[in-house]
Amino acid sequence: MSIFLDENSKVIVQGLTGSEGMKHATKMLASGTKIVGGVNARKAGTTVEITGTNVPVFGGVEEAMKETGADVSVLFVPPKFAKDAAVEAIDAGIGLAVVITEGIPVHDSAWFWAHACANGNRTRIIGPNCPGIISPGKSNAGIIPANIAGPGKMGLVSKSGTLTYQMMYELREIGFSTAIGIGGDPVIGTTHIDAIEAFEADPETEAIVMIGEIGGDAEERAADYVKANVTKPVVGYVAGFTAPEGKTMGHAGAIVSGSAGTAQAKKEALEAAGVKVGKTPSETADLARSLVSRG
Amino acid sequence: MDLYEYQAKDVFAAHGVPVLPGRTVDTAAEAERAAQEIGTAVVVKAQVKTGGRGKAGGVKLAKDPAEAKEKAEAILGLDIKGHIVHRVLVTEASDIAEEYYFSFLLDRSNRTFLAMASAEGGMEIEELAVERPEALARVPIDAIAGVDRAKADEIVAKAKLPAEVADEAAQVIVKLWETFVGEDATLVEVNPLVRDPQDKIIALDGKVTLDENAEFRHSEHAGLVDERSQNALEAKAKEKGLNYVKLEDGQVGIIGNGAGLVMSTLDVVAYAGEAHGGMKPANFLDIGGGASAEVMAAGLDVILGDDDVRSVFVNVFGGITACDAVANGIVEALKILGDDAAKPLVVRLDGNNVDEGRRILAEANHPLVTVVDTMDDAAAKAAELAAAGA
Repeated sequence: MSIFLDENSKVIVQGLTGSEGMKHATKMLASGTKIVGGVNARKAGTTVEITGTNVPVFGGVEEAMKETGADVSVLFVPPKFAKDAAVEAIDAGIGLAVVITEGIPVHDSAWFWAHACANGNRTRIIGPNCPGIISPGKSNAGIIPANIAGPGKMGLVSKSGTLTYQMMYELREIGFSTAIGIGGDPVIGTTHIDAIEAFEADPETEAIVMIGEIGGDAEERAADYVKANVTKPVVGYVAGFTAPEGKTMGHAGAIVSGSAGTAQAKKEALEAAGVKVGKTPSETADLARSLVSRG
Repeated sequence: MDLYEYQAKDVFAAHGVPVLPGRTVDTAAEAERAAQEIGTAVVVKAQVKTGGRGKAGGVKLAKDPAEAKEKAEAILGLDIKGHIVHRVLVTEASDIAEEYYFSFLLDRSNRTFLAMASAEGGMEIEELAVERPEALARVPIDAIAGVDRAKADEIVAKAKLPAEVADEAAQVIVKLWETFVGEDATLVEVNPLVRDPQDKIIALDGKVTLDENAEFRHSEHAGLVDERSQNALEAKAKEKGLNYVKLEDGQVGIIGNGAGLVMSTLDVVAYAGEAHGGMKPANFLDIGGGASAEVMAAGLDVILGDDDVRSVFVNVFGGITACDAVANGIVEALKILGDDAAKPLVVRLDGNNVDEGRRILAEANHPLVTVVDTMDDAAAKAAELAAAGA
């Protein structure tokens, strides 16, 4: 098994006809993803040929779902239009919307998150500003290179894209049930906790690696969650011990979380919850390796 | 981007939030003239992007223009927590009956916005939150519903603001929300929000943080950037479209791809530096997924222009971009820079097409470049070279 995405997932791409959309749709198709359509209101009714496969373009997400049975959408829509595109996916009630777009104003992401909540959270959102999700050997929704690591028993959830790749590379001999980059924006859909909860319930996942970074209190909350609810071994890594204070965080923001949001505070919270925290990515990978069964 | 108080107040005024008249000046003589024009007792306030100005002697009352000049002289050039005062705001001295606290901000934990308000303003809000949390009202704001008059009334009631000012305070809160949304701010803070003897509500101070992701719909925000307060290297990097932050007391220049990996690289270099005379990372520079020769050259150019830098660590994981393209980028960048590249470079490549990438660098055999296989070993090498270059 895997979480949130598997071999039966039918994927559409919002922003397919743009250069990023085409580039990554090509890679997704090559890694076995079932791409069943694209969305672009101005090119509805046309088809796009991607390395020999004809992919139909629909006028909207709802129509694409009706015609193809799509249950996943990957968004490569520019920041300016990302809010409307996400709202469209939510209104259509698609199961999973993976928002790759970087640079979305936080008022826009807060808006579409509020909209998703108001709609009863029928749509799981991953991102924005994330590399997406891959269940190796089954499906790949986003921009994570499929050739880094194959299927296996590790579950990975990370705020950072390149640290996702780095960790998958370090643990490529073990492989992954699913790896998710949840994004480092202040407002994101799927959280560390959501992914850890799903990994805990997934029989294929034996151990979990979570990667965090400074800002907010998501890691501290995940630590509390792990302590109370998770039986599988969890290994953590936090980036940003040497990042300067006050470069991005205002005073008032630090009060709300009840935590300074520093890497040290996160590391301490995770360790207090029984999560082993690596000092570097490679040390974290060593810790993770020691926790899974051989063979 | 954080705004200066005077910029925040300009933004407030544009949205109808009441502020006191004032003028921003760079010299003591101008401060005197400003006080003359205002015609009342004035307050001279240091314009720096940090808190605690009052305690640091950066806010002074002046009863007449001569005194305004004197106070401005004392304040201009002050170093307040590392921020040099280049500019002061001369503003009408107000009669204050009461001081309140108010802010709108992003609440990351709950993925929405939050209003915070208190009838006990003026003091440091961090202290209030710890010492008298019950006195600080926290009201979640739905991003779609926003703040209408009814919501503003609710905030006023929860903050226990006096009945005499409830109506006007609610009006001001609605306007502050319009500021928060209209300017794409992630923080709008007024401390203190004051009640004058006539029961008028005035924003006596202002702190605004703007969301840089929203620049595409706020071309007017470009004018708020203050070149003088910018680090010269940061300004140069911004011009080249690079995501760069200068760090204090560092010697190892850092280039990497992806914010998380670069942050991690800083940490790994700092650990490695402990064994090499306390060498530290000198900057954060994320060249993004692309890592083309031009971007690599631009990045190297900025970092090599930093006099603090003694060695450079290029740490790239080839994900979307293949390592051979990155290696070619480094080789080309060194050609472009020519003799300007005079500091040792440690390169660590991993991921997509790593063997080909390493082969290209080996073949180029540039005298300044050392290729190391792992991130930890490469960090140690870069720290060692920085220590040797002292």
